[in-house]
Amino acid sequence: MILDRGFLWQFDLLILPMVIICAITALTIKDLVGAAIVTGAYSFLMCLLWTEMLAIDVAFTEAAVGAGVSTILLLGTALHIKRKSKD
Amino acid sequence: MKLLTLLLSLLVGAFLIWSVQDLPDWGDPQSPASTYLSPHYIEKAVEETSVPNIITAVLADYRGFDTMYETVVIFCAGLTVLIILRRTPRKDKKVIKPRPQREGADIILQNTARLLIPPMQIFALYVIAHGHHSPGGGFQGGVILGASFILLALAYDLKSALQRFKEKTMLFYSALGVLIYAGIGVGCLLLGKNFLAYAAWSKLLGITELAAHSHGMLGVEIGVAFTVMAIMFSLYTDLASGGDMDEGL
Amino acid sequence: MDNFIHNIISSYNYWAALILIMIGMYGMIAKNNLLKKVIGMSIFQSAIILFYISISYKTNAAIPIIIHGHGATEHVAIDPTLYVNPLPHVLMLTAIVVGVATLGVALAVLQKIHRVHGTIEEDEIMESIKE
Repeated sequence: MILDRGFLWQFDLLILPMVIICAITALTIKDLVGAAIVTGAYSFLMCLLWTEMLAIDVAFTEAAVGAGVSTILLLGTALHIKRKSKD
Repeated sequence: MKLLTLLLSLLVGAFLIWSVQDLPDWGDPQSPASTYLSPHYIEKAVEETSVPNIITAVLADYRGFDTMYETVVIFCAGLTVLIILRRTPRKDKKVIKPRPQREGADIILQNTARLLIPPMQIFALYVIAHGHHSPGGGFQGGVILGASFILLALAYDLKSALQRFKEKTMLFYSALGVLIYAGIGVGCLLLGKNFLAYAAWSKLLGITELAAHSHGMLGVEIGVAFTVMAIMFSLYTDLASGGDMDEGL
Repeated sequence: MDNFIHNIISSYNYWAALILIMIGMYGMIAKNNLLKKVIGMSIFQSAIILFYISISYKTNAAIPIIIHGHGATEHVAIDPTLYVNPLPHVLMLTAIVVGVATLGVALAVLQKIHRVHGTIEEDEIMESIKE
């Protein structure tokens, strides 16, 4: 059923729960700098998923843009405004 | 409020899950998404454009309009951030509150950045130039180039990075990128064919039509790379300093 | 029930994308802090791109770069079922880059709100508007 698909379901089983945990953590954590960094980790794990699905250009762009520039922009804003959020 | 939103998300999720049951099997080669247009792209990409990377061929040749407007969107976003946030310090009023200055020089960070930035830029130029044969292209190379300047601003001061890559240069490069892209398109129009039909350049440059497709795509990717590089650095300098451009992260 | 379990296991990628869409939507609507809303938007975008890329996958296929392809005079017959569908990849490439541009503008508006009101919590902003 799964095993005859030629696909690495073990890899998926490792990465997909981590992606979901990263997403929930990024929204729950109270320190805004921590939320920005966890969003960077989320982007990087998504890049791994897309490499596994053979979407290499998309994974390259997400690694450069998501895990690189987007994390820096969020971090820069979070350090400029106050770091603690009430919620 | 939160309970209501949770119910709403679960409701939307339930609808989506109900509709996912009707999707074709995952990984099916005969699914409707893969049967109408993409076989034409896969089969004819090398014949009509002589570019082995199908994604670059579709992005820059078959769907060139989308890429042009995407470049314009990035340009407009950079201008918007500049308009919203930028303020020049007035000499009489103290608008800027003083930020704590850095103490000492971070030796490891600065030396690592100094070792890392030139190979990063060479790799970015490699990615742009080899977009036809390997994963890459204009966007990825442009973002890596912009990231190399951001690394310079992070390791050293924002002011010293801005001395190397001034604000006027940033705006000039971003506009130059859009101009190159639209200029290649208008050039095709002036030479007799449709907008962004690269085969029109073959008479002027003296190459075959197939090679004109390939070279037109390279020119267009260079334009995209210029715009993306300038806008990524411009976004960083505006957002990290809150518009004052005096001290970054 | 057995059919349901079989359904989940054979399309778990779509389920993961849907769970992420739900998380992103919850974050965009329910959170009080405006930066958390922006992070929710970014999660939402990534989840939709995951969904599209899952549609384009073919079993036992190769990456969409044709290896022997540069000498265009030889007409080698290319079988489309051997390569992954490239069309969603192209669309999602545009989506990612436009997403980062949107993120930049959202953060700029956020900083402007902070400059004017002094806070980025939604309830405090609503109080400060009423005065």
